[in-house]
Order: sequence, then C-alpha cells, then structure tokens
Amino acid sequence: MKKYILVFSTMIAMTLTSCSNDDPEIINEEEVITTLEVTLIPQGGGTTVTLVSRDLDGDGPNAPVVSVSGALQVNKTYAGTAKVLNETETPAENITLEVEEEGDEHQFFYTFSNSIATVAYTDQDKNGRPIGITFNVTTTSAGIGNLTVTLRHEPNKTAAGVAAGNITNAGGETDVEVDFSLTVN
Amino acid sequence: MKKIIFVLFCLNSFWIFSQNCTYTLRGTVIDFHDGTSIDNATIQIKNTNKFAVTDSKGNFVIRNVCGGKITIVISHIGCKTSEKRIVIEANYQGKFLLEHHSEALEEVSILGKTTPKKVSSISETVLSKKVLDNYSSGSLGDALKEIAGVSSINTGNAIVKPMINGMHSSRIIVINNGVRLQDQEWGIEHAPNVDLNSSESVSVIKGAGALAFGSDAIGGVVILNPKNPVKIDSLFGNTITGFQTNGNAYNLATSLHKTYKKGYYVDVNASYKRFGDFKAPDYYLTNTGSESYAFSINAGIKTFETGWNVFISSISSEIGILGASHIGGIQDLVNALNSQQPLIHKDFSYTINNPKQEVNHFIAKVNYFKRFQGLGKLTLQYDFQENQRFEYDRRIGENRFIPAVDLNLKTHSATADFLFDANDLWTFQTGTLFRFQENFANPATGVRRLIPDYQKIDVGFYSTIKHQYSENLSLDFGVRYDYNFYDVKKFYQTSRWNALGYDVLFPELVIQDLGTQLLTNPKLNFHNLAISLGGKRTLSEENSLLFNYTLATRPPNISELFSDGLHHSAARIELGSLTLQSEKSNRFSVSFLRENSSFTWQLDTYATLLKDYIFIAPNGTEQTIRGAFPKWEYRQTDAFLTGFDLNLQKQFSENWFYSLNTSYIFAQDTRENEPIIDMPPFQMRNSIRYQNEDWKNFSSALISEFVGRQNRFPDFNFEQFIATTNSTVLVDISTPPNAFHLLHFKNTVDFDWGKHSKIQVSINVNNLLNTSYRDYLNRLRFFADDLGRNFQLQIKINY
Repeated sequence: MKKYILVFSTMIAMTLTSCSNDDPEIINEEEVITTLEVTLIPQGGGTTVTLVSRDLDGDGPNAPVVSVSGALQVNKTYAGTAKVLNETETPAENITLEVEEEGDEHQFFYTFSNSIATVAYTDQDKNGRPIGITFNVTTTSAGIGNLTVTLRHEPNKTAAGVAAGNITNAGGETDVEVDFSLTVN
Repeated sequence: MKKIIFVLFCLNSFWIFSQNCTYTLRGTVIDFHDGTSIDNATIQIKNTNKFAVTDSKGNFVIRNVCGGKITIVISHIGCKTSEKRIVIEANYQGKFLLEHHSEALEEVSILGKTTPKKVSSISETVLSKKVLDNYSSGSLGDALKEIAGVSSINTGNAIVKPMINGMHSSRIIVINNGVRLQDQEWGIEHAPNVDLNSSESVSVIKGAGALAFGSDAIGGVVILNPKNPVKIDSLFGNTITGFQTNGNAYNLATSLHKTYKKGYYVDVNASYKRFGDFKAPDYYLTNTGSESYAFSINAGIKTFETGWNVFISSISSEIGILGASHIGGIQDLVNALNSQQPLIHKDFSYTINNPKQEVNHFIAKVNYFKRFQGLGKLTLQYDFQENQRFEYDRRIGENRFIPAVDLNLKTHSATADFLFDANDLWTFQTGTLFRFQENFANPATGVRRLIPDYQKIDVGFYSTIKHQYSENLSLDFGVRYDYNFYDVKKFYQTSRWNALGYDVLFPELVIQDLGTQLLTNPKLNFHNLAISLGGKRTLSEENSLLFNYTLATRPPNISELFSDGLHHSAARIELGSLTLQSEKSNRFSVSFLRENSSFTWQLDTYATLLKDYIFIAPNGTEQTIRGAFPKWEYRQTDAFLTGFDLNLQKQFSENWFYSLNTSYIFAQDTRENEPIIDMPPFQMRNSIRYQNEDWKNFSSALISEFVGRQNRFPDFNFEQFIATTNSTVLVDISTPPNAFHLLHFKNTVDFDWGKHSKIQVSINVNNLLNTSYRDYLNRLRFFADDLGRNFQLQIKINY
C-alpha cells in the first residue's frame, strides 16, 4: 500500500515541478485598422475636404473619433483617395498598400444618402474590377446627407451591381464601416 | 463478363455455405447464487470464433450458428468458466448459469458487474457498439441524439456539442476511457475531441450525481468506454468504410483486438474521415468541408486481482467554417438575416479555406488497479492531455497563413480511488483528484488573446456509499468537494479595464502598465461542494422507480471570466466578467423504468433550481471602425428548469418493432421572469422497423423526426441606425426558426464471408424529402439552411 502512495505522490510532485510562470509577451496588433482617411480634391480649384475616422483602441469600448474638414461644393467633381492606417504603430503602417496588392479580394464602397452625390471608381484590380482606393465624387444637389465608406474583405465582386459600387449583393466581411455626415452647399 | 460471373459465383457460394448455419442462439446469463443477470460475460461456441458478450440485462445473441452438437463456453471476469453442451436443430433459447465466485478468492463476493451503473438512483442510458457503428462518419454529438433528452448545439454540421437537458459545454463532463477530456470545452464552437470508432459503448448520466467524475457536471456525464477485454486467446477486428453523397464524404475506420488467456490485451484503432462542402437543399454550404485522423492504442493486462492499462490517443481535425457566416458589423448581420440564401455560395469543393480551425488532441493514460482480499479495489491513474487549437481568420497579406487563435492547453491529472465492495449490502467508494493545467496563448498570432495565459490547479475528494436496504430498495449517497485555483496573466486594453470599472474594483491586479494595455494577474479561488442522495425502488420484476436529489457547484470557466474580443461568426463583442461566482444547481429527478422483453419504457422527469446561473446576453452596442457591434456580456441569474424525457420501445411481433423518443424542457430566468436562451424545443422521434433474421438479418427502418418551434425565448432584438438607407432597422437575432419534420430511411443486411467473418451493408437516406429547415440550436442558422438529402452507404466487415 505504501508503494502506491509513493508512486502517487511522485506523480503529483512531477506535475507541480513542471510549472513555469513567466509573464506573457504583449501583443501589438499588426493588421488592425485604426484609421480611415478619405481625401476629396476638387477638380478645377477649391478647398480640399478631408474625412477621418480614428479608433485607437480598435475593438475596445472607445468609439471612433470622426471628423469632416468642411462642406462640399455643389455640382463639382472631386478626385477621391482612401487610405487605411494602423496608428497603434509608430510610424503608422499604411494598410492601403496591402489592400491594393490584394485588390481582387477587397473593395471600398461609397454610399451617399439623400442623393447628394454620385461616385465612380477610377481604379482596377488585376481582373479589371474596381477596388475603390481612387474614385471620383460628383455632387449633384445641395443638402445634408451621409457618406458611408465600407471596406469589404472577400466580397463577391462579380455579383450584380457590385462593380458599379452597389454594396447590396457584395457579401464578404466588413473591415471598415464609417458614416460621415456631409453638407453640400 | 467473366468478372460478373465470378462475382455471382462467389455470392452464390456464400449462400450455399451459409444455408447450413442459419440458426440463432439466444440466451441469458445469470448468477447461480442470486439469480441476477450478468453483463459482459463472454459466450463462445467452442472450437469456433463465434462468440458474443452479454448486454446489461445478461442477454446475448449468436447468429448463423451451424446445426448439430455444440459446446458453449461461458466466461466472465471473476467467475469460474463453465461449459455446456447443447444440440442445435432449430433456433435455440436458453438460460445459462454462471458460478459467480473467484477461483482464487473464494471468500470475496463480488458485486458482479464489471461495468456497474455509476449511480443506481439516476437513470443511465447506454449506446451499444451497434448503434455507434451507424455514426462511424459522424460525431459524438450526432450519436447521442439517439437518447431522449440529449440534443446538440452546433456551429454548422462538423462542430456538434452534446447538450443534456438544455445544458452544454462546461456543464457536461466527457470521459474518454477513464480520462476527463480537457479540450477548451467551454466554447460552443469547440467540439469534443473524441473518435467514436474507438469506443465500445457510450453511457450518458443525466445530472451531476456521478460524483466520482466531478462536482460540476450540472448537465451530466458522457462516458466513452473501450472494449472490455476477454480472457481468451483471440484476434478479431472490424473495418468500416462509408460514402455519403452530401459532402461527397468518405470514411474508413479499422480496429483490431488481440486478447490472451492470461489477461493481456491490445486494441488498436485508426480512422480517417474526409468531407467536402455540404449541401442544403438549394445551395452548397461553401467552406464547410473537414478532414480528420484519429489513432489510438489501448493495451494492458486485466486479471481478477490486478491489472494495468495504457491508453494513447491522438486526434487531428481541420474544419472549415461556413464562409458566409464570417462577417463584421451589424450591417453585415442585417444583410445576412434579410437574405434568403447565404451571400456567398459557390460550387462543390473539398478545399478548406479560411475561416477554419485545426485542432489536435493527444491523450496518454496509465492506470493500475489491485484488489485486496476482503477489502476492495484500489485504482491509481495518471493522465496527460495536450490540446492544440489553431483558428484561422480572413486576414490580409502574409498574415493569412498565421492563425488568429493559437492556444496550447496541457493538463496533468492524477487520481486515486478505492472501492470497498467486500460487503454485499454496503459498497463504499472514495477517491481523490489532483490536476494541473496550463494554457499558453501564442503571441505570434499578432491578434490580442481571446483566452489568456493561465495555470490552474484542481484538488478534489469524494466518497459515495451504496446500500442495499432491502430486496426492493437500494439507497445511495455521495459527497464531493473540489477546490479550483486560477493564476491568470492577462493583458487588458486600458480603455476596456476602465470601462468595466475594474480600475476601481481591482486596482491591485495590475502588475504592469504599458500605456494602452495593462498586464494583470488575477488569482481566483473557488470552493465547490456537491451532494447526491437517492434510491432505487424495485416495484416488480419489470418495473422500478428511481429518485435522486443532487446539489452541484460549478466554478466559472476561463472563457466566462476572461473572454475579451470580437467573434466574427456571431458578429458580436464577447466580454467575460471577473466578478462571477460559482453557479449552484439543485436537481430533483424521478425516473420510471419498465423493462420487459417486448415492451420497455423509461420516463425521466426532473426539476432544477439554478442559482447564479452563468449566461451571456447582449448589453448595448459598441461602435468600432468596422461598424457597430452588439456587446454580449457574461452575467448571472437564477433559473428554474423542468422537463421530461421519454423513451419507449415495443415489439409488436417477431419482425415489427416501434420506438419513440421525445423530450420537452421548460426553462425560465426567475430573476428577469423571461425564458432562458438556447433551450431545445419540444422534439419527437418515431421509428418503425422491420427485421427478419431469416433474411440475412435484414432490417429496414423508417424514422420520423419532428422538432418543434421554440416559442419560449428571450427577446434580445435591438434597433440599429443604418446610415446608407438613413433608416433604423430592427435586428432580429432572437426569433427561432420554424418547426420542421424530417424523414430518414435506414436499411441493413448481413452476409457471411468465409467461416469467421461477416459483412454488414447499410444503405441510409437522411432527410429523405430534401426538406429545407433551420435549427434553433445551430449557430449558423442566421446564415444558411441546414443539410439537405443525404444517401449513405456503409460497409462493415467483422473478422
């Protein structure tokens, strides 16, 4: 009987001594998107409008800080550029480059409410379908409306309307979704 | 043509050969002393390889017995082997007596059964090898649904978690060959890592009454038993192969058993399964393929007095997650809910893309037992388990090849049990457990840890007493205490730590401030007590009544305490809570059993009061750059559950059989006065079977499965403003899908193959009418329909 107790206590001792308790390594997320910047440069002169959404705690409880630099002019075409960044790193990592590289698996969508403007893509992925990193915005009527900028990962780029910028049938996983409140004068 | 003639000739020769040997030998093995039936006794026809093992009622069947004089050898561990000569002229039925005393230990009277019921006052349902073989390509969760009151909670079709009376995950203990499975079992999307092909039987004990296994099995215990070795020189085995049309799946499982007269035995099992994309009636479920390998070896020596056992098992699986279910933001969820079909569905493929999971589970066990004359049996066991889990998400660039979740869980357990069974009327069992567990979350993922690094120590003691009070009444009582200690190292986002109020509640836990993140070191202690008492009253030869009360306590698991992050498959942020206490369950159960050769039924009823029941529920939404997400938080409430499970089996004539399984559960949150989420709806399974032993044991069954709509559900719907349409929509995540009715058709036939081998061919059709349906307890019901029609062909060879 003693023999078994000995064997048993040896087992316990073995399991106890196998512990080590070092502090874990911190993880700074590499591909997290903290910031979306949309720059709208008016063609033929005017004030550049910048839209920014910044969420430095990622999935954390703090809401993104959204800013719009100014109003858009009516009946004007703006050359637009979208940029996504990881600002938890210094210097900030430009994730747009990876989106561009995998352009066939990504697409930006720009949806205006209240019919204040229309959008046309000006770039293409390797299959000749839009990515939406560059685009033109043409303001059509004065008023107040929302611009929703969405970046989808692995959308169905061949679905109806998707190439024209309609998100309805796109599917996929949302990487970025930000609403900007805009005024067109 | 020649080939065909040859095949026909072969088939014909089988036929001629088997004509002389078509008799069936049936019987019951009973104890010479007390007349009780003896299970697990081996009955062999001398000088042949034909043998059978008795079931729990002592019954056995040997088919295809040849006519003439034969000698039957009846053996059982701890019994004198006996021989009986009989003459076979027709189908034979008889009673066989066994002297249930050990040759070496005349004065020790053994309680007989080598696998006795764990607790006599709680109903225990056993699925035999024959039933399990039908699920050779399936999972444990699928097979357990054969038992009334057992359902499953699924993530798609490959991740199936058993659910006993509405309880799942950490509330169910799974024991595989004596080892309590430690495989990150808390997550709904973590299926138990077991291979059914290596088990001889599976028992389910409802409720926490089986205290030898733990104090926290509020739902119940699932026990997978290996083959019980027989003390004869023998080598036998079986191979199962199958193909199914849905998922173009194929599977192969082989097991070999070698036993020796001296008590040595070796069992080797290996299996492989491969599934492509499954198909709902109207479309393929893209990226639902899976692949898995399993290997196990179980060896040792077992004599009456002593024995040891070594068990090594390894399982690897790679499981694709429905592509359309991986979404971000409430907008995506609204789109998925509004879409009749998944937004992404492609043609059939075997390819498994991201999102997917890869899981490896390894078990090594050493077990030793020794009987002491006039006292009882000592069992010592040590087991080691390692669970490695990778989860791959859709990621950008090179990161797509790096898992987003990389968890390594190592568990060492040591147990010592002593069974005092020298006295016929009093059985006393006591034992102790020591367990050490370590989780390592690999930082190489580049994604914040969903589950933190931790070390955990469990220490437990239990004692149970069984007393045969009178001929008609047996009583049992048990008590168990468990201590759990968590030592956790977790990084919190500083913003999250403050938002949860922990900067005020637990400032002392912070050991390092890294600006945007805090390293914390929570150390948590839990003391858990369980008590079980009950009895079994024999009403008549056929009827008995079981009654039991169990108090069980379950500590919060690591996920309930520390979950922290975004779940893409549910489009929600899940948060644990450091303030959770252990949950307490008071369960009263009464079962009525009627056991008769032609009419058996079992009714289990129960009422459970749960105090501090831990569940997850939404609490507002959070805005992130990916859009808005509902925030789900673990919290506690009090709950009341009651219900019944009914199983009924009737034999109408020699060839016609009927069975019914039905269950209903009522679950209410008594603090909030609303139903509890994710409870199984009313269900009913009717089956009519025709079986004819004279026609190659042909059997054909039509099964009707009805699952009602869960009308009792909490309303967790919420409203969300959608900027693109400038409107507010109701996000309906609560309303359960409609009731559904499915028909299944199962056929089997046996062929003799040579002298010692047998081939069983099964052809099954599941969802015969190709009905479209969604299951309330499938987490992917928001995104796609469940499986459509499936033809299965399975060939089983016993040799």
